[in-house]
Amino acid sequence: MRRTLVLLILAVGLLVRVSPASALDIQEVVSPGGVKAWLVEDHSNPILTLSFSFVGGESSDPAGKEGRARLVSGLLDEGAGDLDSTAFQKALTDNSITLRFNSRIDRFSGRLVTLTETRDKAVELLRLALTGPRFDPEPVERIRAQVQASIRGDLQNPRSIASRAWWGASFKGHPYGRNGDGTLESVSAVTADDLKAFVGAAFARNGLVVSAVGDIDAPALAALLDTVFGGLPEAGSIAPVPDTTPQAVGETMVVQVPVPQSVVVFGHAGIGRDDPDWYAASLLNEIMAGGFGSRLTEEIREKRGLVYGVYAYLLPLDHAALVMGGLATQNARVAESIKILREEWKRMADDGPTAEELADARTYLLGSFPLRLVDSDGTASTLMALQESRLPIDYLDRRAALFQAVTLDDLRRVARRLYRPEELTVVVVGKPDGVAATAPVPQVPGVPSGGG
Amino acid sequence: MPTRSTLRSVLFALLAAAALLAAPPPSAAAVFSPESFALANGMQVVVIPNHRVPVVSHMVWYKVGAADEPEGKSGIAHFLEHLMFKGTTNRAPGEFSRIVNRIGGSENAFTSFDYTAYYQNVAKDQLGLMMELESDRMANLSLTQAAVDSEREVILEERRSRTDNSPSALFGEQISAATYLAYPYRIPVIGWENEMHRLSRQDAIEFYRTWYAPNNAVLVVAGDVTADEVRALAEKTYGAIPAREIPDRAARRGQEPRQLAARRLEMDSPRVDQPSWSRRWLASGALWGDAAQTAPLQVLSEVLGGGTTSRLYRSLVVEKKLAVSAGAGYSPDGLGPQVFAVYASPRDGVGLDRLEAAVADEIAALLRDGVTDEEVASAVKRMKREAIFARDDMLAPARLFGQAMAAGRGVAEVEEWPDRIGAVTAAQVVEAAKAVFVPEQSVTAILRPKPAS
Repeated sequence: MRRTLVLLILAVGLLVRVSPASALDIQEVVSPGGVKAWLVEDHSNPILTLSFSFVGGESSDPAGKEGRARLVSGLLDEGAGDLDSTAFQKALTDNSITLRFNSRIDRFSGRLVTLTETRDKAVELLRLALTGPRFDPEPVERIRAQVQASIRGDLQNPRSIASRAWWGASFKGHPYGRNGDGTLESVSAVTADDLKAFVGAAFARNGLVVSAVGDIDAPALAALLDTVFGGLPEAGSIAPVPDTTPQAVGETMVVQVPVPQSVVVFGHAGIGRDDPDWYAASLLNEIMAGGFGSRLTEEIREKRGLVYGVYAYLLPLDHAALVMGGLATQNARVAESIKILREEWKRMADDGPTAEELADARTYLLGSFPLRLVDSDGTASTLMALQESRLPIDYLDRRAALFQAVTLDDLRRVARRLYRPEELTVVVVGKPDGVAATAPVPQVPGVPSGGG
Repeated sequence: MPTRSTLRSVLFALLAAAALLAAPPPSAAAVFSPESFALANGMQVVVIPNHRVPVVSHMVWYKVGAADEPEGKSGIAHFLEHLMFKGTTNRAPGEFSRIVNRIGGSENAFTSFDYTAYYQNVAKDQLGLMMELESDRMANLSLTQAAVDSEREVILEERRSRTDNSPSALFGEQISAATYLAYPYRIPVIGWENEMHRLSRQDAIEFYRTWYAPNNAVLVVAGDVTADEVRALAEKTYGAIPAREIPDRAARRGQEPRQLAARRLEMDSPRVDQPSWSRRWLASGALWGDAAQTAPLQVLSEVLGGGTTSRLYRSLVVEKKLAVSAGAGYSPDGLGPQVFAVYASPRDGVGLDRLEAAVADEIAALLRDGVTDEEVASAVKRMKREAIFARDDMLAPARLFGQAMAAGRGVAEVEEWPDRIGAVTAAQVVEAAKAVFVPEQSVTAILRPKPAS
């Protein structure tokens, strides 16, 4: 499940929602050493939030060592420089500093939250974590055991199984087909040298994006950027991941697991973030799956009571573009739910949305943007996502016009491109009635074999 | 995990959020500067200005939750929460949600043991519209049989997602039922499945008519707004609804009898691969038992099991290498008897008996040798700083005030929290520990894999 969760957050982060009149004042700060960041100054609270990410994530895990990037994310604050794990953790705790790292599919991100009074200490701890992580044996074994316990906890979780099976079947032979959490065995195989190798390859200034929000001005941020990131190499050496498209197109797979409710994951190729049709696709996804009033929620939940939640989202990865979704329903009603899903996919492709649906989706996407900016975390992560998508700093001012320019004809054309019911790859985990598998259960670690 | 508004969470999302911030029901006077007043019909109002972006969070908290359900109707509080989206005599089913969507807002609702809350986050100029719609469904809910029947299927699917598909969630229900002999916290918020099937339109309407009234609700508005603006809008909308007589819910819930026997629950499941161990004791809360113990118990929880520098994590996870995780949890909020919990998950190959003994050793050492002034000072400093971080958020303070006031606590009581925490001494922590760690008032719970036969 973790993968799906991370993906969803990523997708939402990229699906930035823009107000026509966003009052956000974003400054670009370039340090003397050449490190760039986007800054929103806000001195109402004595807090600084820093978000940043590097190129290179779980898709760079070596075959047989899946889970490497995730292990790194758990170990950077477990000892660095002269500070062993105990000393490092004590320094964070005593100073109320939040320092978190997160491995994603194609990137590795971090977040620092500190009071102004402890900022110098926080900056030093972050610098140490990025430039001198120790990977001492005790913390490595401890965090490895935690990751393995988490994997063990998910071994029979239908959502986790569904995610592993969908990705494994759709990207067989490609890094996207291997789960970033890894397996009990692959996590065992990762050595301290492997962890250091990832740090050396990924933590570089090329491809780094940084956003800062809160109680800091531009000169102070510039100095901070050089302190933290100035010592990193200019270029990283993450092995390139090839561009790819999903396989197992149109197949339905059923993993037999004894649970009362089946979990369904579905998806097919989508539309990329730099595609000119991105804005139309975002509007379509809002109409299809944007909560109450959207087609999937109305047809599957509100009218028929088939599910508690049904969702779909665009997922533009660095090396593939997808439209993904999921639902969960009692075993007896899985076939009916999938049938309605396909019908809605087809109805949108055939007829497109109505003018009213377009108008509502547009006002939603334009009007909801300020809700992302009610706190420093939301603002910092939004600015990080914009930079990861290589958008210009005045993007927020232009975004409304990009959505306004989309016409109903555009949506009809893009709907035919985006929604292809016959191409949906569907994975069902549970004991569904009346669902005919068209392909065997993929041979993927973490997915029980011998299904129907 | 589905998209925004489809999730109407029961207890857990909120508890998770509350637990995170809740080390700090922070000092409002110092931190949030809220203003509070009451409408003529008795509806309480709290306004927490935050002018960072032109957005407001509008919440209505009803002082009723799952612990107030009639016998045999478990889940009706949460079911009604879902049905509140099904229209009124003035608005079609789903119309409220569609309006919120169209204006770029987000909305949700959640049900706990002690409260049921509804909220929308919207641009500030939409606040009046939200109050109009929310006050409409406070007084004019209209339910068709078809909407009730279809939504009953939705909450059953919700139960399957949250509980029936998860052995640890199923075990959690068994643990709660064993923790309380009589107090209604023993019944799951979402309801027992057999009772959920029989929840009727009439059950929902009766629950609604009994409890949903302005004098049994708290309005919380946070964001880019002033108290005067809120007062004017609230008087026009909520203020027009007459007060009604509301039952005394504390009296209806009854008392927890004396607990005289330590309980032990073991569940072996073929769907479990990672074992876990926990123990919880009945504990005082802000409104139950000895309220003076709540601040020392919060500090005890932090010292014993708050994060990676805590005693349990250091001892079991780092030094003895017995566990992958270990910690403690306690929240004083709520009307009824609270719990103080400790938990641990073993490393691969470590027996749960060794884990249990190691936790018991740590607690025995604490009772015998006490806690140091330095431990207490460090925990207190961290907890008070959390109040500053909470100020950076618009929604968290709204939830803190809503939760406290829905339980019947006042704004001032929330405001004074940092002072109460700051006054805690090492001796008080040990005293609170001695009062809470009573074996006869404990439940020990073990979840283990069961080899498939």
